[in-house]
Amino acid sequence: MTSDIVGTRRPALMPRQAMHRRRRRIASSRARTVSRCQERKEHPLAMPRFFDDQQYAIIQAACARLIPTDDDPGATEAGVVDYIDGLLGAFASDPPLIWAGGPFSGRFGGEPRFSNFHRLSRHDELAWRTRIEGSRGIEERERLGPVIGWQEHYRAGILALGADFCDVSPEEQDRRLRANESFVDLLYEHACEGMYGAPEYLGNRDHLGWRYIGFPGDVQPRGYPDDEVSEP
Amino acid sequence: MSRDFDAIIIGSGPGGSTAADVLTAAGWSVLVFERGKNYLINLERPSELLAEFSNDEIKYLSRHFLGPDPWLEPRTFRVSPAEGEHRFIGDVNNLPATVGGGGVHADGKVPRFREEDFSLLSHLGPLEGASVADWPISYDDLEPFYTEAERLIGVAGEAGANPFAPWRSDPYPMPPGPPMYSALVTASAASRLGYHPYPAPTAVNSVPYDDRPACNNCGFCASFGCPIHAKGDPVASLRRALLTGRAELRPEATVSKILVRNGQATGVEWIDGEGNHRVENADHVVLAAGATETPRLLLLSGIEHPEIGRNLMFHFQTLTFGQLPQRVHGYKGRAVTHLHDDFIPVDAEAREAARAAGLPWLRGGMVEHGAAAYPVTEAKYYPWGPRHKDLMRASPMREHLVVLTMQGEDVPQRTNQIDLDPKIRDIHGLPVARITYQPHRHEVVASAHYAPKLEAILKEAGALRTGTITSPGFGAPFARHRGIPAAVPTSRHVMGTARMGCDPKTSVCDAWGRLHAIPNLIICDSSLFPTASGYGPTLTLVALAIRATRALAS
Repeated sequence: MTSDIVGTRRPALMPRQAMHRRRRRIASSRARTVSRCQERKEHPLAMPRFFDDQQYAIIQAACARLIPTDDDPGATEAGVVDYIDGLLGAFASDPPLIWAGGPFSGRFGGEPRFSNFHRLSRHDELAWRTRIEGSRGIEERERLGPVIGWQEHYRAGILALGADFCDVSPEEQDRRLRANESFVDLLYEHACEGMYGAPEYLGNRDHLGWRYIGFPGDVQPRGYPDDEVSEP
Repeated sequence: MSRDFDAIIIGSGPGGSTAADVLTAAGWSVLVFERGKNYLINLERPSELLAEFSNDEIKYLSRHFLGPDPWLEPRTFRVSPAEGEHRFIGDVNNLPATVGGGGVHADGKVPRFREEDFSLLSHLGPLEGASVADWPISYDDLEPFYTEAERLIGVAGEAGANPFAPWRSDPYPMPPGPPMYSALVTASAASRLGYHPYPAPTAVNSVPYDDRPACNNCGFCASFGCPIHAKGDPVASLRRALLTGRAELRPEATVSKILVRNGQATGVEWIDGEGNHRVENADHVVLAAGATETPRLLLLSGIEHPEIGRNLMFHFQTLTFGQLPQRVHGYKGRAVTHLHDDFIPVDAEAREAARAAGLPWLRGGMVEHGAAAYPVTEAKYYPWGPRHKDLMRASPMREHLVVLTMQGEDVPQRTNQIDLDPKIRDIHGLPVARITYQPHRHEVVASAHYAPKLEAILKEAGALRTGTITSPGFGAPFARHRGIPAAVPTSRHVMGTARMGCDPKTSVCDAWGRLHAIPNLIICDSSLFPTASGYGPTLTLVALAIRATRALAS
């Protein structure tokens, strides 16, 4: 019964070697096209899903303004852009990266199963593809009217931030972000999820988001002892 | 092709699961329909519970894991018909669509109603513009079933700790769980001001109970499914029902119509996961889809009664926030561990406040002593830029915020109602529920009367600053928060849309939950409530379901 509802295997990823080849190619091409932006960090599940090199670099630079690096790590170190790439490209894996598995992540014991993403039902896939990809004139996606998907919001937002976004001053970057308020509202929602959500969604790398705020994260099956609950 | 059952049960939440348990124990065969997915129990080996729920803020709070997806199954909302067909399409006080229903996401506060909650009209008198009514049963009628419900779902509590509690025949099955530090701080402040906080009766195991473990305080409680089944969600009832071999549970199966012939329900039409329309027959139909979907399904089935969908009630929530200087780690523990009921009895001060506002009386509700918890939610409240990091480190919300929530009595009004939206359809092509709702002046006045008292408690607790919001909000009803207008109530306590009573003209169901006009169609959810009280509805609807289905099977 379980297997009808829940994916029991890990998401089908690119073969590891191919992934590394593509990463190297991206890294070298980015050196030409993007000067001041950070290199894509290694992550066991990260792979190019939706963003091209330049889009990746611009979103990474924008997130670095939203959740900056100071004495503590920020969006860049925590791989927030990988979370967003994982959301916009959720359907590049099977099962898609929508609902992580359970019950335990393994961080506090138990078998780690968060990376076993759930299979989606026919209707859930329709809802999530509509949300992410937009309705694009497809009849069954326009039951409640046309939907502009997150992918399109990001494409338009990236264009509005400008191809030179990585190279302008931080003040100019902030000015451009403030001038694109509705896009930044969406970006910030996703950035917060990528910074402080479970790492299995590809953000919050090495629990950097949780560590600097002192949040233990998911603690099952250990939980907290009673005295920690009741005492200061 | 189709098999016959003694009863078809629509909905697997606390009401439907209870009905399945009671009816199968009496030897009946039942078929339970659930439109959502099953993450709760192995249907082939029901002694085995599924382990699918997790401590995952993204999955539950950002991505509708428990359903319903507001795009697949939206609802519509308007404050009044003057606004046209609707003002908002999306999540309107949605309860989970999953096996276990609202029992899965709740943090399990399960108080009983008080004696006078069953006879508000006799006790306090009418209220202009409201359809206040007595229940057709008394607290004494329901008390044995309350006791049984507490044993059935497993409630931890302390008899005698609440001076405003109704009488009870038995102690709680379990002692209270560990109190949260934040609640100890606010509860002791409330005591110093003369109030009477007490350990919240909670359907979360404080000790191993019914083959399920004690809660380990993981903190992902309200809005989350419990990874270790320490919550008294309906898994206990479902497991017992399935183990009899006389119950079949069919998830991802949406009932689209109740079939009625000559004043008798004969079965249902339903839609399977592939979109096929099918029929099942039974001698009885138990409707337990919740107080929004139950009237919707009655209307979709062409069942007529002038009160169906009317007298819709939510609790009017007054949420008072205080920022304490010390860290209170509200993410450790079971969300809320203390309540106080001092704002429920109508005292001299409340009577005076009512008189000043031109009302005959006013009632508040139980007050939950809680704290805020999760970092993604917290982060989204803060601005971006360098301040984001400073605020996340200092954490005025997650680490320092305490919250008192008054679940204010919401008086019934005929004009607050569920009907079928004329335009919007769900993914199955069925008209969705349209909610037309605005609070009575009673709720607004009661909230304004008690909010300063809530703030005074938090100041006594040492809060550096306090503030109060309400749900629904008033003033700017279509200002949006997280995409949902402030006018849309978010209590997740929905009641009253098929009220029970003695008079078939003014009530939909009788004292046993049977439709006056269709006696083999029985409602087992909070649609039955003639009034809302100021207490969470779950235990009362479970007690009603035990009483109704036991009578049915005898």
